[in-house]
Amino acid sequence: MATVKGEIVVNTERCKGCELCVPVCKEKTIAMSGNLNSKGYHFATSTNDDCNGCTNCAIVCPDGAITVYRVKLKEEKIN
Amino acid sequence: MSYIPTREEIIEDHDNVVYERTCLLTDNALSYCPGCGHGTAHRLIMEVIEEMNLQADTIGVAPVGCSVLAYDFMNIDMQQAAHGRAPAVATGIKRLYPNKFVFTYQGDGDLAAIGTGETLHACNRGENITVFFVNNGIYGMTGGQMAPTTLPNMKTATSPFGRDTETMGHPLKITELVSHLPGTYFVSRQSVHTPANVRKAKKAIEKAIQYQKLNKGLCFVEIVSNCNSGWKMTPLESNKWMEENMFPFYPLGDIKVPK
Repeated sequence: MATVKGEIVVNTERCKGCELCVPVCKEKTIAMSGNLNSKGYHFATSTNDDCNGCTNCAIVCPDGAITVYRVKLKEEKIN
Repeated sequence: MSYIPTREEIIEDHDNVVYERTCLLTDNALSYCPGCGHGTAHRLIMEVIEEMNLQADTIGVAPVGCSVLAYDFMNIDMQQAAHGRAPAVATGIKRLYPNKFVFTYQGDGDLAAIGTGETLHACNRGENITVFFVNNGIYGMTGGQMAPTTLPNMKTATSPFGRDTETMGHPLKITELVSHLPGTYFVSRQSVHTPANVRKAKKAIEKAIQYQKLNKGLCFVEIVSNCNSGWKMTPLESNKWMEENMFPFYPLGDIKVPK
């Protein structure tokens, strides 16, 4: 059971579709969307819930289009 | 069983942010091609300046080349220099304002071609500035012509059969060259194409900024970058090509470290 959960938010207008973020995602969360932004680029998007917030995609993004969030999952005590 | 928050719950709380674009980059869209290392290099320098809280005390000097508009993207005091003359301009700024952090940001066409004289003499004089040098082995802005840093047998717009070292000379390893000069204090070569390399490059940039406070000499950080438009490849292909061809000739790592 994962103890952390991450989420990414891609600024789709800033993304230029270079795909550098796709191979660095070990969880295969990030992929290129079939949709286009206003400049005509296929932007990156989050495709599943496996993100662990490792920030790899965000630090290789040349355009700084990705914001990464991470929360620790709290274990509920069972009496 | 633990409670798993939804996407909306995670992203609405700003405390959960572990990485976001630094506020020292302006909102202008970067003018670089998709996948270009310039964007990452800009971001790393601005992140380090933000973390060290140097925004008000930093003066940057922009070059001529792809990064000529760096002053549009970096939200700090910037000066744009004539082609190749950034180290000379930075020398003047640093001598007038010795308490400011002064850096130049130059490409290989600027620093290693037209500005070789300024670069070597600024390094040799030991000016207390920091030079960030982005090397992609080609003149990217003008359409991919051969540069002094172009690899042997590399095809460019002006060497369509590959660079013949007998007639076109050998590539200039200017980073090794300046490391032998007594005026340089810290010389390093990094790249920004993978997360691990980005982290190493950020550490080198941090050192180059910290060492300037010691007034011991010039700090020089080369960033080997791709030029996917000039090399006629996709961004991922160009990064692979860079690993296979550029790194054997331009090996990464610290070249001169303070004793």
